[in-house]
Amino acid sequence: MYEKTLTQLAAALKSGEFSSRELTAHYLQRIEKADGKLNSFISVTAEQALKHAEIADNARAAGTAGPLAGIPLALKDIFCTRDVKTSCGSKMLDNFIAPYNATVVEKLNAAGTISLGKTNMDEFAMGSSNENSYYGPVKNPWDLTAVPGGSSGGSAAAVAAGLIPAAMGTDTGGSIRQPAAFCGITGLKPTYGRVSRFGIIAYASSLDQAGPMARSAEDCAHLLGVIAGHDGRDSTSVTRGVPDYVENLNAPLSGLKIGLPKEYFGDGLDPDVEKAVREAVKVYESLGATVREVSLPHTHYAIPAYYVIAPAEASSNLSRYDGVRFGYRCDNPSDLIDLYTRSRAEGFGEEVKRRILIGTHTLSEGFFDAYYTKAQKVRRLIRQDFLDAFEDVDVLMGPASPTPAFDLGAKKDPVSMYLQDIYTIAVNLAGIPGISVPAGFSNGRPVGLQILGTHFAEAQLLNVAHQFQQATDWHLQRPAFAEEYA
Amino acid sequence: MALEESHVRRAAHLARLAVSDDQASGFVEDLSRILDMVDQLQSLDTEGVKPLAHPLDATQRLRADEVTESNQRDTFQRCAPAVENGLYLVPRVVE
Amino acid sequence: MQWETVIGLEVHVQLATRSKIFSGASTAFGAEPNTQACAVDLGLPGALPVLNEQAVAMAVQFGLAVHADIAEVSVFDRKNYFYPDLPKGYQTSQMYHPIVGPGDVEITLEDGATKLIRIHHAHLEEDAGKSLHEDFHGMTGIDLNRAGTPLLEIVSEPDMRSAKEAAAYLKAIHSIVTYLGISDGNMAEGSMRCDVNVSVRPTGQEAFGTRAEIKNVNSFRFVERAIAFEVERQIELIEDGGSVVQETRLFDPDRDETRSMRTKEEANDYRYFPCPDLLPVVLDQAYLDHLRSQLPELPADKRERFQNELGLSAYDANVISASRDMAEFFEAVHNECGDAKQSANWVQGELSGALNRENLSIANSPISARQLGQLISRVLDNTINGKAAKEVFQALWNGQGESADDIIDAKGLKQVTDTGAIEAMIDQVIADSPAQVAQYRDSEPEKRGKMIGYFVGQVMKASRGTANPQQVNGLLKEKLDALL
Repeated sequence: MYEKTLTQLAAALKSGEFSSRELTAHYLQRIEKADGKLNSFISVTAEQALKHAEIADNARAAGTAGPLAGIPLALKDIFCTRDVKTSCGSKMLDNFIAPYNATVVEKLNAAGTISLGKTNMDEFAMGSSNENSYYGPVKNPWDLTAVPGGSSGGSAAAVAAGLIPAAMGTDTGGSIRQPAAFCGITGLKPTYGRVSRFGIIAYASSLDQAGPMARSAEDCAHLLGVIAGHDGRDSTSVTRGVPDYVENLNAPLSGLKIGLPKEYFGDGLDPDVEKAVREAVKVYESLGATVREVSLPHTHYAIPAYYVIAPAEASSNLSRYDGVRFGYRCDNPSDLIDLYTRSRAEGFGEEVKRRILIGTHTLSEGFFDAYYTKAQKVRRLIRQDFLDAFEDVDVLMGPASPTPAFDLGAKKDPVSMYLQDIYTIAVNLAGIPGISVPAGFSNGRPVGLQILGTHFAEAQLLNVAHQFQQATDWHLQRPAFAEEYA
Repeated sequence: MALEESHVRRAAHLARLAVSDDQASGFVEDLSRILDMVDQLQSLDTEGVKPLAHPLDATQRLRADEVTESNQRDTFQRCAPAVENGLYLVPRVVE
Repeated sequence: MQWETVIGLEVHVQLATRSKIFSGASTAFGAEPNTQACAVDLGLPGALPVLNEQAVAMAVQFGLAVHADIAEVSVFDRKNYFYPDLPKGYQTSQMYHPIVGPGDVEITLEDGATKLIRIHHAHLEEDAGKSLHEDFHGMTGIDLNRAGTPLLEIVSEPDMRSAKEAAAYLKAIHSIVTYLGISDGNMAEGSMRCDVNVSVRPTGQEAFGTRAEIKNVNSFRFVERAIAFEVERQIELIEDGGSVVQETRLFDPDRDETRSMRTKEEANDYRYFPCPDLLPVVLDQAYLDHLRSQLPELPADKRERFQNELGLSAYDANVISASRDMAEFFEAVHNECGDAKQSANWVQGELSGALNRENLSIANSPISARQLGQLISRVLDNTINGKAAKEVFQALWNGQGESADDIIDAKGLKQVTDTGAIEAMIDQVIADSPAQVAQYRDSEPEKRGKMIGYFVGQVMKASRGTANPQQVNGLLKEKLDALL
């Protein structure tokens, strides 16, 4: 069953080829067998999943089941799930049982999908390798010595290994697209505001956005249709209507104007990655698209701007973890300041502390204008780069990451880790949507093609990605791990 | 803009993070490198550019003034480290 | 040396919304601890704020009432600091782009003089919770019911020059917000709280002295007392060769003094930045026009009208217009009886006295404006005399009758104005008081005026208070003088 895409599984459930209970049990078994090696799950909610699968089967029998009813999924452990531990990959929230569901979870539940558990992630979504989790690193199923990418590394690895047909991730600077690329799956970061952030534990509020990670663009289209839409509980959620993302998948690409940002093909780009991406672009040309080079002149400033804005927001967002109302509290605090400083020092990991300190410093008196205000101005220039480019082309294409998955422990220096996100980070600053699709391999490790569109162009991105997946089979390739261990 | 240990100490105090002497020097090193990278921003001329706080030019929606929440104290306090008589407890605050 | 006091006020007004500024939890006062603190108020992971439209409308109404510029675009910022009653580790406030810009308020001093106090700005923010320091085994208890209650912080320019002006300003703000109905203005429950910035400078000096900020000044009386103490402290300090330190001080009403809140002033750095969870609030002209059209008549306008059109004294007009409830009560009384001066006297005299004695607000007066107006009408048309009117008032207060007329009838208080009847009573009194009559006759003419009081008293007693006192007086004099 695990060989099937989510779309195929939905069809099989509908036709009665197997029940949701059987399907759920199948994936639970695979998780049970394989996840000891991958460490892609923080919590597995088997009992609840089987119960919900039965409800979905009953709904199916009663004729009330929706198209995705009974499909097993996993949720990055950043989505609040009622009565289930929601840790955000942190010791700080190791004891936090969420008292409510994120809007995304509510919508998925309403669609009848079955959550099998919560996936591993970099602590508070801060990281590009999943090595920053309190629950230990996740391994890449294509090569257990490689990282799966981050911060949605657990979701990516689990989908790639066939432990789950699809999973939800979040993307603040590339955290869906980069692990999707590293693990050879399809991952979509929607336009900022397209999916409600309510109940998603905040990292950087003006950048965070949730999206689907699955085997194919078609799978993502089905899932985005479920989770997108306005939510009165999130002020930044947009009221614009949700199109039918599936309906548009087969639109022909003839006349599609593709832009290749020259800054995305410069120094530091792995030659194999570049080759795979250029091959992919050729496929598009064969489908009738035209290709031209474009420029995003402020690309170079995206990482510096991001590492002011994101830590600044994070430093404030993470102040609520103070050991008073929920979460970790240090033993025997001697006074209030001891309670605060020790709970936070013991509850947060190194990278989280670094970002809190950077954010606190750059917002503080004497530095605010030079850092924060400056970064916000640069943010406007970066957004303008994209808006200008989309005057001339329909979509932009390039690599999702300058290299394929690197080895676990390879990047010790935080800055060299940050530079990994060179192609993904500007997208969050601009708020536009992006998708990563499998486009080949470099030394046995997957390469991701990133496709970017203008605000709310998800339907077009999914169409463009789907057409590529109709013409190629990179997305159907499976790591040997999927068969060997599970 | 060079980062000094006093900056890290001050940020740690403002952020209520206990930082030992050993850790402080490590943070100075890491944060200095990050800020060196960030300092590339200074080379860009942003004269006349308006800061951008949100990626979309959207405006705040307003919520009707209605009470929609009911008492969930017991649920919320199940994940609290210390409560008594419905109050969250902290070490004595001296005014 | 002559010293001048310079005062600026920051007034925090709790807005009378039903739900909180960023959540749907109730703002009702006095609930069990933490029963009105929802996920948003508690700052639980993933919870997000959504702005209450009524809080915005109320802030705008206030701005319009103080002739302020209303910001077309206002922005919420985060003020970052740690405190147990501040659940998120930041307070959502408006630092850089407040909703209400510069405006002004007219204050009236005791001598009737008026002065314009400028408003620097007013901004929306969320209230914090409360720390309870009762004994929880040496711990402090935190109640977050109040967290997220909308506040309008009104910041004045340093335009006040005395404690009396500061108190008058606070009263003016109080009456504006209660007129608008945007706050209950209940200072005892903390609905209005005040921080006072005080400095002194030698008279004639232009530069401001170093100021101290006094917190916890939560009544009109305390404002005057706190300032009086602080001014004296600062002057003494300077005259003794010291200098004022810029610091936060706490007013202790029990000891009638201010004292430094921190021995070592901790340098705060709130790291304000725009709240990424909230978007800019954009208000258009149509919205402002709509709210403007809904504004009630404000205290300053009422005061002017009471003085110019109804002929009240400046003092009466000021006292009555200070509270919307009192002003409206007065107007209803006036509508009923048609005599503004009498209405003002009764509302401020008998009614206010009775309300004060029983600690009731005018809104809860057992006597309605209509009842009081009718009562005054009966005095004006001579149905009852002043003494009987007080008795009728008391009976109405005690609920002994529906209307003044009912009580007048039931108690037989109708004034006797029939000359014949009064003459008969006088004749009887004269006949019954030969000794007093003789005394009267033998007195010096200038002392007789005083002695007539005895006879008036006897006649009034005989009439059980219902005789018209003026008539009794006139007729008695005639009759006694005829005996001379």
